[in-house]
Amino acid sequence: MSFTPQLPPVAKLEQKTVVDLVANGKRIDDRTADSYRPLHIQVGLIEKANGSAQVSLGKSKVLVGIKIETGTPFPDTPDEGVLTVNAELGPLASPLFETGPPSEQAIELARVIDRGIRESKAVDMKSLVLLKGKKVQVVFVDIYILDHDGNLIDASSIAALAALASAKLLKAELKGDEVVYKPGLLPLPLNNHPVAITFAKVGKTIVVDPVLEEEQVMNARLTVTIEKNGNICAMQKGGLSGFTQDELKTVVRLAVQKAAENRAKILAAAKG
Amino acid sequence: MPEPKQPEKLIDDKGIRIDGRRLDQLRPIKLEVGILDKADGSAYIEQGKNKILVGVYGPREAHPKHIALPDRAVLRCRYRMAPFSVDERKNPAPSRREMELSKVIRESLESVVLTDLYPRTTIDVFIEVLQSDGGSRCAGITAASLALADAGIPMRELVAACAVGKIQGHIALDLSDAEDKYGEADLPVAWVPNANLVTLLQMDGILTTNEFEKGLTMALDACKTIHGMQQEALKKKYLVIKEVAEEREETEVVA
Repeated sequence: MSFTPQLPPVAKLEQKTVVDLVANGKRIDDRTADSYRPLHIQVGLIEKANGSAQVSLGKSKVLVGIKIETGTPFPDTPDEGVLTVNAELGPLASPLFETGPPSEQAIELARVIDRGIRESKAVDMKSLVLLKGKKVQVVFVDIYILDHDGNLIDASSIAALAALASAKLLKAELKGDEVVYKPGLLPLPLNNHPVAITFAKVGKTIVVDPVLEEEQVMNARLTVTIEKNGNICAMQKGGLSGFTQDELKTVVRLAVQKAAENRAKILAAAKG
Repeated sequence: MPEPKQPEKLIDDKGIRIDGRRLDQLRPIKLEVGILDKADGSAYIEQGKNKILVGVYGPREAHPKHIALPDRAVLRCRYRMAPFSVDERKNPAPSRREMELSKVIRESLESVVLTDLYPRTTIDVFIEVLQSDGGSRCAGITAASLALADAGIPMRELVAACAVGKIQGHIALDLSDAEDKYGEADLPVAWVPNANLVTLLQMDGILTTNEFEKGLTMALDACKTIHGMQQEALKKKYLVIKEVAEEREETEVVA
């Protein structure tokens, strides 16, 4: 069951400061409303994973690891591989996170990232089939949140794309019923590059890439995932209030622009 | 039940959909208010083959106590699909999809409930999908806001919800199961009319920004229509009560 979360007791004074700053065209970390935090992407840190990327978005830090294993396809898609996205919001990343089964925040995060990758058909699922209906490659995207300073969705989306774009596949072949691996590695075939851009409505102003302090006082949040041709491939609104129709139109057009900027950085980093 | 086969075309040459609707036409909607005895408020919605029952309890004491908030009521929401509500039996254990929908549905309702009137309590919304036919989260929201009103919980206004989508390259209103499954995009929207706020917005599939804007306008127009139906459904309940009361008065006078 989902219930209204308890926000940490941010001092009322600080709440007011964050809202007032945004109302006056400023932000708590000296950015403008439409500017992104500095972005650092490192790929291939985890040698035992097929692909990995660590992303710092300001002080938020996310590690994504890709593992690719042999498994069985879903009965309704016998001619496609399998994609699984999972997110861990571990207690080391924030005093707000606890151990235990995945929270609704973790489930939402994983599902929003999953939707972007799946709906844009980013991973070429047809190429992952070894024996139709019986054996396929399963791509596990595991998102590890290391430090939470806001906008985990974008940081995870960037890390997931960087990890997928730099992931390597073993050369698998079917001999009889058994899968044998040949020497050498292939790049994981990607058809698209989805990038999520998240906005927060603080007071009456909309800011891109909210920091934690902004997330704690925001009225609503909107994530727009844009694929490589500039079309929308996933959206998710969060937060207790909402957006007007005009705000949504503005936000979606801004997302297209921001996503293109981030995509170039991600693909450059993935190439190494 | 075996899954129905994929239709050859979702829209025919005359622009008519598989269930005979035009692109901008809603499925038939039936709304009923106050149909459960024990719940503080309840509502039932049929939209196409969707059959959804919503029960509301509260404001009542928060359990467990630690979830209570000192300055407002906690809104709790559970969206659940019955195992028999879909073609292939759904495992009754809560799925990740149900957990996500419970969250976004709660967030779509938070802004209309005057939660600050009832600190330290919970207001519980239980949405049970008895039969699912595409667009069940939206139908659930439409019914949930009626059930909240039926429970007598002070609200700013009713929330109406409806999905649009894209089938065979066309933007279409209120997708059915097959259209959702074989279509290209789904865009569920919940709207609070007087505040002019979109409080639920999700999207999957591929839409251009122009298609999104067109779809959003179409969805908001449909929400206006549904909002009218909601008000009628609420009034109808009290008209029935009024009739019963009047009949009683008459018999008492005769006696």
